[in-house]
Amino acid sequence: MIALESKNIVKYFQKKKETSWALNQVNLQIRQGEIFGLLGPNGSGKSTFIRIASTLLVPEKGNMSVFGYDVVKESQKVQRLINRVSVEASFFRMLSPMENLLFSAGLYGLSKKEAIKRINEICETIGLEKKRMHDRIKDFSRGMQQKVAIARAFLTNPPLMLLDEPTTGLDPRAKREVQQLVTDMNSRYGMTILLTTHDMDEAERLCQRVAVIHKGEIMVTGTPEHLIQIQESKTANPTLEDVFLAYTGLTFSQVETEGVGV
Amino acid sequence: MKNRMLRELYAARAFIDRNLNLSKRYWKWELVFLVYTIANSVTIGFIGRGVESVTGTSIDAQFYILYMLIGSILWGYLSILFEIISETVTWERWEETIEYTFMAPVHRATHLLSVCGYAIIYGIIRSSVILLVLSFFFNLDMSSANFASAVLILGIASFSFIGLGMCAAILPLISPEKGIQVVSIFQSLLLMFSGVYYEIHVLPQWMQAVARISPATYALQGMRASILHGAGMGDMVQYIVPLLFIGLFLVPFGIALFIRMERWAKQKGVLKRSG
Repeated sequence: MIALESKNIVKYFQKKKETSWALNQVNLQIRQGEIFGLLGPNGSGKSTFIRIASTLLVPEKGNMSVFGYDVVKESQKVQRLINRVSVEASFFRMLSPMENLLFSAGLYGLSKKEAIKRINEICETIGLEKKRMHDRIKDFSRGMQQKVAIARAFLTNPPLMLLDEPTTGLDPRAKREVQQLVTDMNSRYGMTILLTTHDMDEAERLCQRVAVIHKGEIMVTGTPEHLIQIQESKTANPTLEDVFLAYTGLTFSQVETEGVGV
Repeated sequence: MKNRMLRELYAARAFIDRNLNLSKRYWKWELVFLVYTIANSVTIGFIGRGVESVTGTSIDAQFYILYMLIGSILWGYLSILFEIISETVTWERWEETIEYTFMAPVHRATHLLSVCGYAIIYGIIRSSVILLVLSFFFNLDMSSANFASAVLILGIASFSFIGLGMCAAILPLISPEKGIQVVSIFQSLLLMFSGVYYEIHVLPQWMQAVARISPATYALQGMRASILHGAGMGDMVQYIVPLLFIGLFLVPFGIALFIRMERWAKQKGVLKRSG
């Protein structure tokens, strides 16, 4: 079954008289139960794609569906099937993780009793200390905040999880823990995961299939192994990083610095 | 259907709990605003007490003080209602949680109405505290007041102000930079036109015409009639009818417009600008 399908998605933003193209005829199919990586430099359109899938942006043209439901016309049905972790943790900073998570659980229709049970389970899984659950979230490290953000997303057990650069800015240990959680959730619950990243090691380690996106266009799609194999005719001992550079035409220092924030 | 209803109820509770938690965590700010409002009301009360000595004419000072304080307290209540609702978007944008709230499977009406529910409870508690403090400063004679009529007017007026607040909440949604400033201008105009501290007949004709479409005008007139003159339910009809009419129009209109503008914001990408 197809978990997410986008057909000819076009999205642009207009500021004064300038048009900034974010997505141009994007076609993608993500199968149920897979971890799919959307790889691209900053400003390539990854977050815009995730936002459309999250019902937060309306595309100019094309259709996107989640488990057969249109993200624009049937947005509330789609919202029941998804959750998201973005690069910024985004919480009510003065509230505690428990208060933030209870709020989120309520929005997804969980009773308080049910929510507390789920919160305790998830916190144990991801290693959030119970004694810190009532501290203000603003006093947490970025890694800890991101863990709470992940707990918030997994709390609703969504069939499709949208992870928008969830490990950016995390220290190596926190990064490893988040990556482990992603694979656990995928193997344990069969959760479909769309992961955007420009960390090629992460993509290679986690994703069954990847697509490279550049300037709003999908450049190539396939399994990491297959894409590396294609690259073998052009580079000696290629890695996924070589594939990425070949399709984006950028060096890695450009990847890190370029960005228009779409 | 039952499940859907239950989910919406859990979501409504989540919004109310969240607002309560935010008020608790930001209690110092709440205290600052409360002290500011009390100081304002007390000042207005003293203006009423000093009118006789300033003008050299004899007036019923107690009556005038109560007249002014009703304006001050009711305005304090209506503005807090208006502010909480109209800041629904601004607050979430400031905390950067807006996308998470707007992608949750909650009907927008549930979202807005539960914020309104919290605003009403909060507004009533806050106004009661202000009234309590004012009673220490002024010998408020409310022996002839009809409190049942006053409560009725307050309830119906809240409904109208919820509608106004929802319409105002749209401004920060469609204009992240300027929206909240426009809401402040709107609020101050409402104060000027609605006769909070004076009768609207002192206004120029064109301003009186505007005052007649403001729910605050009827709320203030009704409240003064019930507290100052002990007007009964029957005498309240002239205030209740326009308030009901405005509320019945504004609440569904506010929700519908908010949903329409949310779609517009998603189209233009102004829900969140970067990231």
